[in-house]
Amino acid sequence: MKSEAINSTGDNTSTRSYFSRLSIYKQSGLLRWRLIPILVAAVVLIPVGTVISSFFSPASDVWQHLVETTLPALLSNTFWLAVGVACGVTLLGVSLAWFTAVCEFPGRKFFSWALLLPLAIPAYVTAFVALGLFDYIGPVQTMLREWLGPDLFWFPNVRSRTGVIVVMVLAFYPYVYLLARNAFLTQGKRSLEAAQSLGLNRTQGFFKLALPMARPWIAGGLMLALMETLADFGTVAVFNYDTFTTAIYKAWFAMFSLSAASQLASLLIVIVFAMILIEQQLRSRTRYAEIKQSAPGDRIPLAGWRAWLIAGFASGTLFFAFLLPVTQLSIWAADVFARDFDQRYLEFLWHSLLVSFLAALLTCSVALLLVYATRRQSDRVTRAAVRIATIGYALPGAVLAVGIFIPLAWLDNWLSEVVMRLFHIETGLLIQGTLATMLIAYMTRFLAVSHSPIDSAMQRITGNIDEAAMGLGLGGWSVLRRVHLPMLKGGLFTGATLVFVDVMKEMPITLMTRPFGWDTLAVRIFEMTSEGQWEQAALPAVALVLAGLLPIVLFMRQTDR
Amino acid sequence: MNTLLDLRNIRHAYGRQTVVNDLSLTLKKGEIGCLLGPSGCGKTTVLRCIAGFESISAGEISLKGTVVSNASVCLPPEQRHIGMVFQDYALFPHLTVAANVGFGLHRMRKTERETRVAEMLQTVGLAEAAKKYPHELSGGQQQRVALARALAPRPDLLLLDEPFSNLDVSLRERLSLEVRDILKSQNATAILVTHDQDEAFAIADEIGVMHHGEIQQWDTAYNLYHQPTNRFVANFIGQGVFLPGRMLDPQHVEIELGVLTGTTPHECTPGYCLLCSPGSPVEVLIRPDDIVHDDASPLWAVILHKAFRGADILYTLRLPGGATALSLVPSHHNHAIGEKIGIKLEVDHVVAFSQPTS
Repeated sequence: MKSEAINSTGDNTSTRSYFSRLSIYKQSGLLRWRLIPILVAAVVLIPVGTVISSFFSPASDVWQHLVETTLPALLSNTFWLAVGVACGVTLLGVSLAWFTAVCEFPGRKFFSWALLLPLAIPAYVTAFVALGLFDYIGPVQTMLREWLGPDLFWFPNVRSRTGVIVVMVLAFYPYVYLLARNAFLTQGKRSLEAAQSLGLNRTQGFFKLALPMARPWIAGGLMLALMETLADFGTVAVFNYDTFTTAIYKAWFAMFSLSAASQLASLLIVIVFAMILIEQQLRSRTRYAEIKQSAPGDRIPLAGWRAWLIAGFASGTLFFAFLLPVTQLSIWAADVFARDFDQRYLEFLWHSLLVSFLAALLTCSVALLLVYATRRQSDRVTRAAVRIATIGYALPGAVLAVGIFIPLAWLDNWLSEVVMRLFHIETGLLIQGTLATMLIAYMTRFLAVSHSPIDSAMQRITGNIDEAAMGLGLGGWSVLRRVHLPMLKGGLFTGATLVFVDVMKEMPITLMTRPFGWDTLAVRIFEMTSEGQWEQAALPAVALVLAGLLPIVLFMRQTDR
Repeated sequence: MNTLLDLRNIRHAYGRQTVVNDLSLTLKKGEIGCLLGPSGCGKTTVLRCIAGFESISAGEISLKGTVVSNASVCLPPEQRHIGMVFQDYALFPHLTVAANVGFGLHRMRKTERETRVAEMLQTVGLAEAAKKYPHELSGGQQQRVALARALAPRPDLLLLDEPFSNLDVSLRERLSLEVRDILKSQNATAILVTHDQDEAFAIADEIGVMHHGEIQQWDTAYNLYHQPTNRFVANFIGQGVFLPGRMLDPQHVEIELGVLTGTTPHECTPGYCLLCSPGSPVEVLIRPDDIVHDDASPLWAVILHKAFRGADILYTLRLPGGATALSLVPSHHNHAIGEKIGIKLEVDHVVAFSQPTS
């Protein structure tokens, strides 16, 4: 039918050349494009395979020791942390999402975006601020002791499991909040009205309808929060709360057993994959729950004490999750600014910016290639490869660091041996301890972060646009340059910003794979906080928070439109 | 006799903007009413006020003789026993068709509920789709599920908010007749909101044409077309043109094409009424079916445009005096643009308005 339509314009020659060009264009891509996702998937699969295979490797002494001493504690610590954070972020995230999406109370507009701000603060920053403030020698307890006498037995111990959970809930609830709010905004009011017209009151409507309908989104947000929890290294390190990530670090850098580290990593990976499986089960069961955009109806006006209660609830969350840490950080940073803002600080900053920039560039280029390959050849192999290639976000940084370091070290040794045999030259280490290791690790971990905005930007370019461009005489590369890239600009920019900020905050990969002496802001924070020097950690943390605000501003500008 | 719904001088405002102003209407049990108007005229707001989703700032809404809304009281929607079919259906995507229809029957026993669900699905002709999910149904089927869900709890009143706007035109016509049959078979009282007059004509017993938050005329479809009481209704309903004329006496009006006999429905201001005083200038509504093609007629007009519509052709004509008019002519009278054709006036209902003062 299409060819008829074109033929009917009467210009037969141009029609024929248009179609022949189209078919060549598609065929020539056959081999080239499919290779890219497969290669990238391999790069991701190598660390995963390395780590998992170590699970079956003969147990070392260190491993024996770990199994006997710390493993039970690690498992129970991780389990209770995950359970606590899951409950906390769901309660906090869903309730705040409901109130800001469906109700009207004083300050609702402000809170609806401000409640995302905690995303700007890395959890480990919130963690050390909380410790600095509320620990025994911190200002809060000191002040209370001055007022109420020295016996503060009732004051909760901050350095506890509850303390870690509270900090992580405050840091990660925005994931649930964001997704649940999206669900409630698009379907909450309307489904509530439908329920009311069928004789249910609002409370029944919430529990019988709005909540079950939003379940896939809530589960998605919860999954993100749990991934972050399992991947977290900095927070638990600050609290000395041993989980797998800190154990991996200690096995490697304190016991110098890379194999034990790798075996610990394999356990963590099993836990993560189990969670992914559960999530996909949940998703596939609720796949039909698609959102139809409906006209935003009026919000439910809350009046009197209820309105103020909810405004108070939102302010309280915002205060503890954002205002308090930022204020305390600023105070500390101002205190030490004169002394600490020196050549070394600028070096940390430069290292952070450089490595984040390079990682963003690399990751976005690879993501763009993946997206383009999928567009050229969207078959099962390509799609499966892309899915594998973007799984890295689920892998904790500590696991990836181990999984990438081992094969690279092996490659390095092999290379130097080959060179030695062939040319009798002592090469030393070629790859280990270079920026390349670190960049590959970042790319593996954050590929999904840049892939999804670029991919959704590409989805918006329909096939007809390509055909229109080709119909106007543009060839393959000109289509990319003149049509696709301009249309992808927004997605690329978003993807790059997200990766940039994530890399700046990333702690375990940086710690474990950086070149010797290559200190970044995150490394500096780790070093200072492990010595309890909260004030010294504040200045680098301020830079991270400022960078962390970038994607939030970006996100809000996008949603404003 | 048996008034079910009574709206008395209701008023609703969003902030400073008055959306519904001093609106009144009544509906008897078993009747199907319709609010018809262009978008933004406040018709959906009236519906939402009746449902209880919006409160009113003045006036009174009563249902079965009980006040449900006034300036100070607003009974929650779930206590009004009013069913609603939403524009986007608002089907619950995570529930099957049967569970959707049974959703409002949560106070019934299980067996009772199942019987009622089966009965409703039978009524809307979707018995075999009970176990499907909403997204597996076509638009028309989803619409019928929404209707079944709203009717299942036997509401006192059913509200339908632009129920066919998401469907394509051919389906709309068929389904609107079907919906009328279903509503009548259930002896339901209903109010429909739409901007589409064909839809309103197909379903409703009585129609209120709305403009600027007020009902301009509440009448049957026939009267709205043939005896509009104001210019807005005359323009909004059907096609037609206004031709200048002159009143000869209250029963006769003269236009270019001849003298028309009949009384125009209008509100007569005693002592000063343009439509009653001989000689005053008026505008007369001429519908396409008022001008009949007749080769023998001494009157003629030039064809400006023609729109072939199958059974008939709608000609746009230029009258000798220069004015344009529409004429609906059986399709076998096929003439070319620019041709002169003979025409004859056949006006059963004279509709004249005083000339606009501007």
